[in-house]
Amino acid sequence: MTQPHIDTPATPHWRPLSRSRASAATQGAVGAETDEITDAAIEAKEISLWYGSAQAIGDITLKIERHRVTALIGPSGCGKSTFLRCMNRMNDLIPSVRMTGELFLDDQNILDQSVDPVELRRVVGMVFQKPNPFPKSVYDNVAFGARINGYKGNYDELVQHALERAALWDEVKDKLHTSGLALSGGQQQRLCIARALAVNPQVILMDEPCSALDPIATQRIEDLMRELAEDYTIVVVTHNMQQAARVSDRTAFMLAREDRVGRLVEYGLTEQIFTAPRDQRTEAYITGRFG
Amino acid sequence: MTAVRPEAPGSDRYQGARERSRRNTLSAASRWFFLTAAALALLVLAVLAYDTISQGAGRLNLQFFTSYPSRFADQAGLRSSLIGSGWVLALTVVMAVPIAVGTAIWIEEFAPDNWFLTVIKLNLANLAGVPSIIYGVLGLAVFVRFAGMGPSILAGSLTLALMILPMTVIAAQEAIRQVPSGIRDGALALGATRWQAVRGQILPVALPGIVTGVILAIARAAGETASLIMIGAFTFIAFDNSRITDDFTTLPIQIYNWTTRPQEAFRANAAAAIIVLMVIVLAFNLIATIVRNRFRRFR
Ligand SMILES: Nc1ncnc2c1ncn2[C@@H]1O[C@H](COP(=O)(O)OP(=O)(O)OP(=O)(O)O)[C@@H](O)[C@H]1O
Ligand SMILES: [Mg+2]
Repeated sequence: MTQPHIDTPATPHWRPLSRSRASAATQGAVGAETDEITDAAIEAKEISLWYGSAQAIGDITLKIERHRVTALIGPSGCGKSTFLRCMNRMNDLIPSVRMTGELFLDDQNILDQSVDPVELRRVVGMVFQKPNPFPKSVYDNVAFGARINGYKGNYDELVQHALERAALWDEVKDKLHTSGLALSGGQQQRLCIARALAVNPQVILMDEPCSALDPIATQRIEDLMRELAEDYTIVVVTHNMQQAARVSDRTAFMLAREDRVGRLVEYGLTEQIFTAPRDQRTEAYITGRFG
Repeated sequence: MTAVRPEAPGSDRYQGARERSRRNTLSAASRWFFLTAAALALLVLAVLAYDTISQGAGRLNLQFFTSYPSRFADQAGLRSSLIGSGWVLALTVVMAVPIAVGTAIWIEEFAPDNWFLTVIKLNLANLAGVPSIIYGVLGLAVFVRFAGMGPSILAGSLTLALMILPMTVIAAQEAIRQVPSGIRDGALALGATRWQAVRGQILPVALPGIVTGVILAIARAAGETASLIMIGAFTFIAFDNSRITDDFTTLPIQIYNWTTRPQEAFRANAAAAIIVLMVIVLAFNLIATIVRNRFRRFR
């Protein structure tokens, strides 16, 4: 296999998004050691969001470290998905949404009016809770993202490479032209991951990617997330505490109080959050006392 | 707080024996009621079909399809009305379908959700329920008289296009709305523009539904009479249409014409033409069903 990473389809209109691999390499392999984030892929500053007149999240400020897995945890309705969807501006699709604050991807504020969300979503990919392959062949599912970007390279190689990265190639190499919907749920979810990888994003957002899967399929996706973290920045929302503990380097705990506004309660290294939480609400949540 | 103990399954508190038998009786009675209703409708249809076929079958020979209308019933045929129907339907589809599908896509995928959109949606629903004769009046005033088209193929097609536009838009809207939102979100999350998501993923999924709606609308236009008579397409046509400015006649108009003749022999012609029209409309409906079933499998 030729190993050069998939070329960015077409010409990148997105200037400051060059991936700084070098900085990641100097930080060592797996596991963040220090509390300080020196190399942030994403930096949120006082993000608040309203659905109509109802505020859903308030003043969220945090940095997401490059080439690490960051988990977002918290009880249902605390705004995890909402915050996640800020990062690729999927919330823009909901007409009543209003946002304040700043969200930096590298050095660019992606909430700025001048940023085209379409361009942004090519750099910040997303995997949904329910596997949602297109009702097309496995091949076309993976190739779609590259096609709409006007990718001029070799599509067979691109598809194979993306499927290999998503640990799905061996299972589907003989049925590339059957419907993506004919795969099992876990395979479908890995197909959706392959689909996202094929446009060569920097960041991959995952909203409860395993909640519709059985334990074995879940384990495969978790392994995959760890592998992908070598090259991608991953943010994952999960309700599964063990999963957060297993896969993530850092964990953010969010909570909505009576005002129903989701806020960041505690954010730190996953090990610290799960072994020595500083906030008693975090402790209550991870030990299963509420939520 | 007193604990509420759930009853054991099947206990009397949920389903007394009497209650159960009452429900079974009701269920059986309603089954017979609906079966009878359906059978009655089918029976009426069968009687009508039998009557028509027994009257008209004798006239269904090659001459009947290749002859122009005539003063003599046994020499008259469907040639000009079949050709006219073909022209009018083809032109109607060409004009109405792109506009209808475009409108549906705009409403479902692009339009800002404001009062203007609400007004449009409301009007579409209302227009779909307007009697066809009203479209005939409109066509007469606007296309035939004001635009000076006369009772031509063009005027007829424009009138029918207006008539089927609302229902085609609504059918296409329905088909687009059936597309799971995960498909739309999935495409957009990959960096597709709205239009790329529509073209690449949403339309292909919605297409069978749209095609079904279009075919049913064609079937409706194929049987349309009142509005075409209204615009004056009630003439004796003894030539093959070759231009959209030609006068024309269509199958249902020809049927209507024959039924108004005093001579008994024309009744047989009308019955035969009705058989032809029924077969055409049924064929359209059959195609619509096949399209719908064929494509549903892939999902
Ligand atoms: N499209 C929407 N329109 C209006 N309100 C919304 C919308 N989506 C979410 N909300 C509200 O915003 C709040 C946060 O929702 P969100 O989906 O982000 O929570 P969550 O933490 O992801 O929950 P879960 O764990 O159940 O997925 C909730 O109160 C929800 O009702
Ligand atoms: Mg959620």
